[in-house]
Amino acid sequence: MKKYSDMEFLRLSKGQKFLYKLLRFFASIPGAIGSLFLAIGRFFKDLGLRIGQEFREIVTTFTGGDWKTKTSYFVMGFGSIARGQVLRGVLFLVFEIVFIFYMVVAGGHWMSMLPSLGKVGPHEEYSQVLDAYTTVYGDNSFKILLYGVLTVFFIVAFLYTWRLNVKQNRISEDLIRSGHRLKSGKDDLRSLVDEQFYKTLLALPLMGILIFTVMPIIFMILVAFTNYDGTHDGYNNALFGWAGLKNFNTMLSWSGGGNVYSATFGEVLTWTLIWAFFATFTNYFLGVFVAMMINKKGIRLKKVWRTILVMTIAIPQFISLLYVSKMFAKNGIVNGLLLDLGWINQAIDFWGSTAHNALLPRVMVIVINIWIGIPYLMLIATGILMNIPADLYESARIDGANPWQQFTKITLPYMLFITGPYLLTSFTSNMNNFNVIYLLTGGAPINASASSAAGSVGYTDLLITWLFKITTGAGAQYYMASVIGILVFVVVAVISLVVYNVLPSIKNEEDFQ
Amino acid sequence: MNELREKRGMGLKASRTISNTIIYILLVLMSIIWLIPFVCIVLQSFRVESTWQVGYVVPKQWGVDNYIALWNSDFKTWYLNTFIIALVVSALQTVIVLCMSYTLSRFRFKIRDGLMRFMLILGMFPGMLSMIILYRVLKDLGLTQANAVPGLILVYVASSGMGYYVSKGFFDTIPKSLDEAARVDGATRAQVLTKIILPLAKPIVIYTILTAFMGPWGDFVFAKYVSFGTSSGMNVAVGMWNWLTPDMINQRYTMFCAGGVIDALPVAILFMCLQKYYVEGVTGGAVKG
Repeated sequence: MKKYSDMEFLRLSKGQKFLYKLLRFFASIPGAIGSLFLAIGRFFKDLGLRIGQEFREIVTTFTGGDWKTKTSYFVMGFGSIARGQVLRGVLFLVFEIVFIFYMVVAGGHWMSMLPSLGKVGPHEEYSQVLDAYTTVYGDNSFKILLYGVLTVFFIVAFLYTWRLNVKQNRISEDLIRSGHRLKSGKDDLRSLVDEQFYKTLLALPLMGILIFTVMPIIFMILVAFTNYDGTHDGYNNALFGWAGLKNFNTMLSWSGGGNVYSATFGEVLTWTLIWAFFATFTNYFLGVFVAMMINKKGIRLKKVWRTILVMTIAIPQFISLLYVSKMFAKNGIVNGLLLDLGWINQAIDFWGSTAHNALLPRVMVIVINIWIGIPYLMLIATGILMNIPADLYESARIDGANPWQQFTKITLPYMLFITGPYLLTSFTSNMNNFNVIYLLTGGAPINASASSAAGSVGYTDLLITWLFKITTGAGAQYYMASVIGILVFVVVAVISLVVYNVLPSIKNEEDFQ
Repeated sequence: MNELREKRGMGLKASRTISNTIIYILLVLMSIIWLIPFVCIVLQSFRVESTWQVGYVVPKQWGVDNYIALWNSDFKTWYLNTFIIALVVSALQTVIVLCMSYTLSRFRFKIRDGLMRFMLILGMFPGMLSMIILYRVLKDLGLTQANAVPGLILVYVASSGMGYYVSKGFFDTIPKSLDEAARVDGATRAQVLTKIILPLAKPIVIYTILTAFMGPWGDFVFAKYVSFGTSSGMNVAVGMWNWLTPDMINQRYTMFCAGGVIDALPVAILFMCLQKYYVEGVTGGAVKG
């Protein structure tokens, strides 16, 4: 499309300007996606070069090093100990011993089982003592997968440490050659609270993240390629094994097998996006509006209004949401009140038990989410509104701008600029807003047309609540839950990347002046 | 000329009065909407004549029967569980979050950018996905059902390093020249943190404690998963959620209201007292991210 210069752009009318911006936005999406792929390609190219360089360095260190260095290739830490850095050397050596011991005792076993995820499942075996057939349990697929992943982690950590050990020798050699003193163990310890204090601070948190966030995610990604479910739990009833891309095919159905899941997935994804859009922007604009009302000059009792709203943040969500959901039940307070007043003749089914009124529950969750979300946005907006330089309004007033113009020309652009990244994160976290949906409706009303997909999907179900439903109960299909989880990740990642690359205001902080 | 100006002034004043009146009306309406559920829940917790859901708000017969029934139920255990979890988690999580955010704000080391990008990507995976495996692992360790409390603490604390954004945003606003001045005077990095930064970061420390306390206090999903079916391992949220399932609601509805009041009171009071710091954290750190 035609690209206008700044002067040409200024000459356009308002509608044209908007249209132009909109077109530019969509025109830049392919470019953004393209540059994403380029970036990925570049990443792998750099990675390849790095690895090649590392290997070359390992070889040259070996050939150019003295006998201490050469021994360190097999006995880790030997060089360090021989050169007087006992603390470092001992740590290297202990790590190597632990690693070899682990690999011999357990690691090798788990690694060898990983390709099959277990060979012997639970089976009946004749027991001579009891004179009856009893169930004998064999391998445990779950443990094999889990410990297999851990072993891979461990091997990677070992390779990294080994490389570190080699590098250490080279650095020491260089230092000695140039006549420097090597750091003693005491120096090492001291630097842990000084220059390298970050290592001390990060050790524990990163360990926690590695074990309780990274490892489970890798495990669950792998589960998407197995047939792990309620009837194949890997130990008690049957082993599970690798299933390749079968589950992704079931979910997205690109070849054969009907489109039960893909239709359901499409429906739920659409509603998830609609929900996230409305939940984010209704809250945003109404929250800004409320903040402006409270902060307007001449309005009294500012603190009281604010405190009343903030109550909803203070009360745990499960109480307020569950209670509100029951208020709107068929025999709840709202219906009781409306019946008493004579405004309606029969109770309204706000949460819709049948498919034909699926719209009402959907509108209800969005409206109640406004009730939940406005206070939070009000707080954020209040902080930002107070930071807008007052002289901007002053000069606007002198130029004769009315309040509406002041809002659209100063307040709104400023707010949008500051809160751009926040809007993005709040959109993606709304996509995964489990609490509001699950506590209000539990996904109801049931979507009958999706009944052949697992998890009894309802009209207000988000992908995340669907995922949760699939993982509970006897019919749990963990592999399907994993597939949904991966797809949620893909959707969130694509949205984030496109928005980050397309919106200039997020990238250039200097643009707004 | 004078007259004209006066007239215009009058018009401005009148229009301001009108708009202020409209705003007051809107604010009063909003306050009513925002308070109604809480007023209802308190009123219904004192209802004696029936335990099921009814269509009216004001009880016909007042009494504290529901609170007595609450005292005689498992609610005590749940409450204690919730309290222990929230207390321990808020202490440990605060330490971890502050370590993470201070480090990422102040140190420039080789893997810093990669680390932050990596955690951003990790955050895009739905956390619920990890529940299945974490549950199985905790079960193997014997930390589920009746022993759910230590298991929950472990999981909450271990993954808390990811939530560093808000306090990092705050640390970024503390001038670095303070650090450098102290370093010149011979302080180690550890001393800079404890003697200089932490006293200045009081608002964000309190914000972190508060949010770390409120998180597990109201957590529902993972607690439900881990304490599955065993009353003694449940927290208040899971236990009371069961009271509102279709086959329980008719006996337990008013008890739920009473329990809700008891459960919400301490956090609400805590929150109201520390509101100032919460606002500071939300407006200062949350937006910058």
